[in-house]
Amino acid sequence: MKKAVSMFLALALMAASLTACGSADGGAGDSSSEGVAGETFFIGGIGPETGNNSQYGLAVRNGAQIAVDEINEAGGINGYKIAYDFQDDEGTAEKAVNAYNALKDWGMQILMGAVTTEPTVAVAAETVEDGMLQITPSGSSLDCVQYDNAFQVCFTDPNQGIESAKYIGDAGLAQKVAVIYNSSDSYSSGIAEAFIAEAENQPFEIVSSEAFTNDTSTDFTVQLQKSREAGADMVFLPIYYQEASLILQQADDMGYDPLFCGGDGMDGILGVDNFDTSLAEGLILLTPFIADAEDELTQNFVSEYQERFDEIPNQFAADAYDAIYIIKAAIEQADVTPDMSTEEIGTALIAAMTEITVDGLTGEGMTWEAGGTVNKTPRAVKIVDGAYQAM
Amino acid sequence: MGFLSYLISGISLGSVYAIIALGYTMVYGIAKMLNFAHGDVIMIGGYAVFTAVSVAGMPPGIGILVAVVVCTALGVVIEKIAYKPLRGTSPLAVLITAIGVSYFLQNAALLIFGSGAKSFTSVVNVPPLKLAGGALTISGETMVTIAACIVIVIGLSCFVKFTKSGKAMLAVSEDRQAAQLMGINVNGTIALTFAIGSALAAIAGVLLCSAYPNLTPYTGSMPGIKAFTAAVFGGIGSIPGAMIGGILLGVIENLSKAYISSQLSDAIVFAVLIVVLLVKPTGILGKKVSEKV
Repeated sequence: MKKAVSMFLALALMAASLTACGSADGGAGDSSSEGVAGETFFIGGIGPETGNNSQYGLAVRNGAQIAVDEINEAGGINGYKIAYDFQDDEGTAEKAVNAYNALKDWGMQILMGAVTTEPTVAVAAETVEDGMLQITPSGSSLDCVQYDNAFQVCFTDPNQGIESAKYIGDAGLAQKVAVIYNSSDSYSSGIAEAFIAEAENQPFEIVSSEAFTNDTSTDFTVQLQKSREAGADMVFLPIYYQEASLILQQADDMGYDPLFCGGDGMDGILGVDNFDTSLAEGLILLTPFIADAEDELTQNFVSEYQERFDEIPNQFAADAYDAIYIIKAAIEQADVTPDMSTEEIGTALIAAMTEITVDGLTGEGMTWEAGGTVNKTPRAVKIVDGAYQAM
Repeated sequence: MGFLSYLISGISLGSVYAIIALGYTMVYGIAKMLNFAHGDVIMIGGYAVFTAVSVAGMPPGIGILVAVVVCTALGVVIEKIAYKPLRGTSPLAVLITAIGVSYFLQNAALLIFGSGAKSFTSVVNVPPLKLAGGALTISGETMVTIAACIVIVIGLSCFVKFTKSGKAMLAVSEDRQAAQLMGINVNGTIALTFAIGSALAAIAGVLLCSAYPNLTPYTGSMPGIKAFTAAVFGGIGSIPGAMIGGILLGVIENLSKAYISSQLSDAIVFAVLIVVLLVKPTGILGKKVSEKV
């Protein structure tokens, strides 16, 4: 009896894995648009459509799809339409390389991807061999752009810190700044370290720099008290919004009311269930993308995204949307045509990347270093009456 | 002025640890087991008050009552289902079960309430005390937490010393078999211990979430571990020891954050614990237990 059961289970397992393979194969052609070789630009995308990071991958897929459809409707790039296909990498390096090979068989000439760091690094080793232009919307590690053919849309973590310091200095928001960051989180400490280093060149002074860890992330009274004693008129919080909501509450309890300022991890603070949003009044966010921003570009994108995918787009969707327009700008600059070989297109586009300037959802006047990192100024919004308001 | 305010926030943090530590210490003293799910009962208490007050709109007093009832029931049920069948087996089995219950509660909360943080509306309605022209502010939550801690310690000590059930608890903790021979209902006494411990967890949950108003399914786990440390620090099994251990732990944590390093505060706390245990292995107020051969 037991044998029969295990035989049945083994068969069921085999059948399930076969079906899984089948559907993966079948899915390959699903999202691709019709394209004719030589008359259409073939842009491929790679990212996690399933698995732990699927919310990021799906946002990238959808955001890029909107940009592709807009461009095709408006007549394409220099009259050539775009064919777009997106492949799942489940957030793993091996699957990303498989996805890359599948896309190459499909005819891909330019790659928009991958979404998370490890797959991006793995695919970059392949694209550099093939001389293909690779633009990652969201891989924020410096490893993602270690080769000359790879470029980023998002900030690297240190760059976000540097740009935030520059913005605060240029706008004259504060004289004495205290920093409270999470030393057990690479995102937070990456921004904080670069911010503090850049502050030397800025007209403000860092008066205190205090850390906490994931294990001590409930009581911030000591850090706040030290900021207060140091006379800080601004507290910079390069941390996620959950901890920030506690800091705001505890500062209020202490009767301490400096200017608070956060990075893109702060986006979401108004959405904390039952949070007293009056505590966040006056909070400044320096972030590349905010869905509530009032400019026309953002509003059109957000309403289109909501209509088609029934949710508010996050920063990943905006990064991907920009990535497609960056590719368009580079193609126009280099004046390449789809009948050229992938390597010819790649070489011309890589040279063009350092010459173009793009206004997008995630920044105005974006330019690129030959090293692949982006130069852009974060947008600043202030929370007024419980809503974001551009500054 | 700075020192004073660090000290006060340390005592406030320590009082929360102390109330949680009382739950550990009572259960350990009587049932001789480490209830690692205690921190998560606190989290359930927090969600119970949150649901009652912020979602259902009940007044805070009723909300606290709801939390106490929910946690007490939960504590008794956990004891009945998870721990009682294992009584008399190896202590390791019970320990592992307690860790299992802890994960179960966290995941159940994750399923019911989601992973997003909920901002807890403080149920303490005491205005803050402003001293020295506002440079030193003691929040209402701090004062209530410290007061509650003192009241609970005195109340529990009296309960154990002067009531019949309290004396039964002492007897069970002294020698379970002998107590049973003397006609004490051991199972009933242990169930009562869990009920009291869990009711304390509810109160700790309310105070913890009022002082640090961020509620997630993992809210209770770190304070739970710290409070367990506090209980060992003060001498596990001793009621005043839990209070002293808790407050010392909170003060050391905050002062090392303020004057040594905000990153290394936990390391310093545990280093102090190691030194104390080297000098006095049973903790500050722990009794020396002579093993029977």
